Amino acid sequence: MENILQQVGIDNYIYLSTLLFCVGIFGVLYRRNAIVMFMSIEIMLNAVNLLLVAFSTYHQDAAGQVFVFFSMAVAAAEVAVGLAILVAVYRNHNGIDIDNLKKLKG
Amino acid sequence: MDILIAVAILGILSLIAEIFNLRKAIVPVTVIGLIAVLGHAVYKAMYGTTLLNWELDESQYFNMVQSTKYGLAFSSLFILLTIFLVTLSADFHKNHQPKISDFVAIKLFLLTGAIAMVTFGNMAMFFLGIEILSISLYVLAASEPKNVKSNEAGMKYFLMGAFASGILLFGIALIYGATGTFDIPTIMSLNNANLPSWYTIGSVLIAIGLLFKIAAVPFHFWAPDVYEGSPALTTATMSTLAKVAAMASFFKLITSLNPHLPGFLTTINIVAVLSMIVGNLIALRQINVKRMLAFSGIAHAGYMMLAFQFLDYTNAQANLFYYAAAYALAGIAAFAVVLSVCGNKGNEEIYNFNGLGKTNPLLAGILTCALLSMAGIPIFSGFFAKFFLFDQVLDKGRLILVIFAVISSIISVGYYFKLILAMYTKESTEEVQPVPVAYTTVAVASIALNIIIGLVPSFVMSLVR
Repeated sequence: MENILQQVGIDNYIYLSTLLFCVGIFGVLYRRNAIVMFMSIEIMLNAVNLLLVAFSTYHQDAAGQVFVFFSMAVAAAEVAVGLAILVAVYRNHNGIDIDNLKKLKG
Repeated sequence: MDILIAVAILGILSLIAEIFNLRKAIVPVTVIGLIAVLGHAVYKAMYGTTLLNWELDESQYFNMVQSTKYGLAFSSLFILLTIFLVTLSADFHKNHQPKISDFVAIKLFLLTGAIAMVTFGNMAMFFLGIEILSISLYVLAASEPKNVKSNEAGMKYFLMGAFASGILLFGIALIYGATGTFDIPTIMSLNNANLPSWYTIGSVLIAIGLLFKIAAVPFHFWAPDVYEGSPALTTATMSTLAKVAAMASFFKLITSLNPHLPGFLTTINIVAVLSMIVGNLIALRQINVKRMLAFSGIAHAGYMMLAFQFLDYTNAQANLFYYAAAYALAGIAAFAVVLSVCGNKGNEEIYNFNGLGKTNPLLAGILTCALLSMAGIPIFSGFFAKFFLFDQVLDKGRLILVIFAVISSIISVGYYFKLILAMYTKESTEEVQPVPVAYTTVAVASIALNIIIGLVPSFVMSLVR
């Protein structure tokens, strides 16, 4: 594993994670379907997990991999709450398009 | 650590009480438990030991939690605010009586998150704290599933919050990459001039994530919608407990990371000035009280960010704590009145307050005091908080910041007085409704505390110093 990391280089892992992270950000900013937005947020969080694991190997330190478990657990809890909100929105609006939500303005 | 465990156990107890059908006892027992924990926390902050000489060895928990004076003082403030919020929840959720244990338990878990956010000694603890706080708030914001506004508020808050968490997490990962550790004392001891550039990028990303959470301009656009749409008690929680917690942990994190970046402080100052000006100006033309208080909260986040001038002084911590306490107590008092006036009307427009000065002079007086404290009029602690803060900024020679801050507080008097005038000069159109005792008690207690800490600022500050 260490060997592979040396051959590829830690920089390339950072670039890959940043790229994935940006894909997630643009997904949240440009897509209007709530489910797709949730998926984009998951992409952002998983890009970070990838980065943490790469750094963990780079530093020869297990703490980074343990942190990934925390962040996966948190992401699961977050998405569970998000989907519950989504179901409530669907029942009231008959759709999950974010543009339907514009009752609050001022 | 002991405070964190005690609060979490209280939360689990209130869930268990539901099973044994002890719903009536949940709120009183929780309040008594929280008062006990509050006494413990204040004693520990003042004397550094516990009353029973019983203490957990924090090194056994890998320094996940550091019980510094700063952390303990803010934890005490959060516990006090939660006591008020839990007391309010008994009457607020009268129509959802079977779910009362959920509401109380979520508030207690939210408090756990807030305490973890100010006492963390490790990035993992910080991340868990902020996520526990946020997830509880997503649930509370959307806690009226049949109400379209509550749906919208929950959805918007969830998307913005999760987006900000992602950015924050990316920052934590980059800092881990640069330093090889999540431990805050170790990170502080490293000479960060030699660290790779990821360290600075990580610090900036964490700062952006937290600016989202405290709703500072330009990351504020979610706050008014979410505050307006959420149930009123949740709005009270967000604008007092959650805002103060995010601010305290922002300060602690920036102090510990100490990014040596040219222009970092200037950027923070510009954000602070923008928050004050934009928040106060837009609040002027609001007709919904919750939305108005949301913009006022944005402006107050700006004032609190002025404390960041002196990143490493205990004075700055004391001033921030004092300001946070004054703002949060005034906020609780104001929202207790808003709850009792608009409780079952379904909207919070200003005309609901017409004639309150005649129909219910006590509540009108309390709301007036709370708003004057937020505006910074003397004898209320809000004035002294602003005074100490501006005084320190002047000591640093940043006159221009103080000028902006004073101008924007003058603007803020405009919209606070709009509400006060509505209460005293207009005629009431509706019949008088009985006000639950809990609302009045909380309003009186919090405004009394607000005035008391205005009289003895040195005691409040000695908790931190």
